[in-house]
Amino acid sequence: MSAGTRKIDVIVTDVVPVNELVKRFHFQRTDGQLLPTFSGGAHVVVEMRDDDRTRLNPYSLMSSPLDTRDYTISVRRDDTGRGGSLFMHQRVNPGMRMVISSPVNLFSLDLRARKHLMIAGGIGITPFMAQTSQLAGDAGNFELHYTCRTETLATYADVLKGRYGRRIHLYRDDQGERLPLEQLLASQPLGTHLYICGPAGMIEWVRRTAAEAGWPDDTVHFEHFAAPQPGKPFDVTLAISGKQIRVSEQQSLLEAIEAAGIDPPYLCRGGVCGQCETKVISYDGNFLHNDHWLSEEEHQSGRKIMPCVSRFEGKSLVLER
Amino acid sequence: MTAKTILSRPVYGTLSPQPGRNHLFVADAEGAAAILDMAKATPEGFFADAHIMFVPDDTGTNYVEAVKSLQPARFYQGPTIAAALPRLRQTLATAHMGLRIYLAGSEGLIGQAMQAAMEAGFDPSSIQTEHRGSLARRVQCVHCKGITENVTTQPVTCSHCGLLLLVRDHYSRRLAAFQGVCINAEDPTESPQAEEIFR
Ligand code: FES
Repeated sequence: MSAGTRKIDVIVTDVVPVNELVKRFHFQRTDGQLLPTFSGGAHVVVEMRDDDRTRLNPYSLMSSPLDTRDYTISVRRDDTGRGGSLFMHQRVNPGMRMVISSPVNLFSLDLRARKHLMIAGGIGITPFMAQTSQLAGDAGNFELHYTCRTETLATYADVLKGRYGRRIHLYRDDQGERLPLEQLLASQPLGTHLYICGPAGMIEWVRRTAAEAGWPDDTVHFEHFAAPQPGKPFDVTLAISGKQIRVSEQQSLLEAIEAAGIDPPYLCRGGVCGQCETKVISYDGNFLHNDHWLSEEEHQSGRKIMPCVSRFEGKSLVLER
Repeated sequence: MTAKTILSRPVYGTLSPQPGRNHLFVADAEGAAAILDMAKATPEGFFADAHIMFVPDDTGTNYVEAVKSLQPARFYQGPTIAAALPRLRQTLATAHMGLRIYLAGSEGLIGQAMQAAMEAGFDPSSIQTEHRGSLARRVQCVHCKGITENVTTQPVTCSHCGLLLLVRDHYSRRLAAFQGVCINAEDPTESPQAEEIFR
């Protein structure tokens, strides 16, 4: 456990298939109380107890911050991932008790903005569901541009269009529709802030285009949870606790450390918050960095690793943990 | 150069070319030299879409030709800062994200142009500034709220209510002015010698 990750006991009140890849899950507190207040863009970490192992995956809250009777998340099924989304899709049913963390927001709106320009790709739409509800409640000025593979995979596009009409713009890949990014960025009034959530490639493209067009860094916000990737097993020595651990193929380094009974800090479990940063004491091999936190130089230096998403291949790795 | 004394005291940097295509420069007097210095290091075509607003003030015609020779898309020469400000506001009213702002010259110019930019939606941290030339201050009297321009002495007499003011480093971005507080409230007959310290 760690800072900001107070646990909440919840009960699954509904599971709704949204389309062929996405299911929505509704949670309420088991004690019937209201859930903690949150702001649009926040996520919770969901504990998945799967027989002998526990996975902890972050999901953006998509329900309205104005209503904390329940929290909802949407999970896209990933058949090649480490099984977190499959667990949610196959094993979680209404009535089941689960544990989630308190919400943490690493992708909040800057409410000083005159206008909020949102760009979503695929399942990256979920934080915007909450943010648009929050802004609509305050008559906020926003516009959402949403890219998806096909109409049927445009998760919640219909809901958003129903709520906000022409403020929602949809681009379907299979129809050859393209987001006119340069034009869009060139025509925004002063005081606009830009928010991006979607696949890594899209975030990269939008950030680069915005920077070239002269948008100051402070006005560009993005969120991309890296999912921990499966990989070859590797051995690690934890110097402070004096333990030897093995990270299995489907486990993340952070999970393996936790499984050894150690309680390292974390917040996002997706390589963005920086909480889990761990010093490397010595190593012989290669790092497979997968985070968005450390700089390029830090990745090269071999002195730090983000155990929530990054792995290692080689002879030995000693961490200060 | 200005030293940081208290948190609200503005600190200025050195102009440097920012990414983007549209660049707006606002300068007075010696501020032109800051633009010319920066121009030595700008990439090809940097000024092609630039707009320069310049108030020569007591530098007369010294800098005008040199600034024009940068061949900005638009050049405006104003007689005073007060005359240039409405133009600046108008320009900002139709501007879009991606515009970068560079302010150079006196604190009064930088502060007032910054104020206009903030009203238009700019975050101060995205604005380039460089102080050149006069240290004269714009001062707001905290008693009558009147603004006295071009203050070079400490203390100074408020040009509105006549109180003798201590000019503080306490600065308001919203007002684009330093704070002036009555220096002899206890005993109005006491009047410390005015020294010219903000030249
Ligand atoms: S827990 Fe957030 S970066 Fe690892």
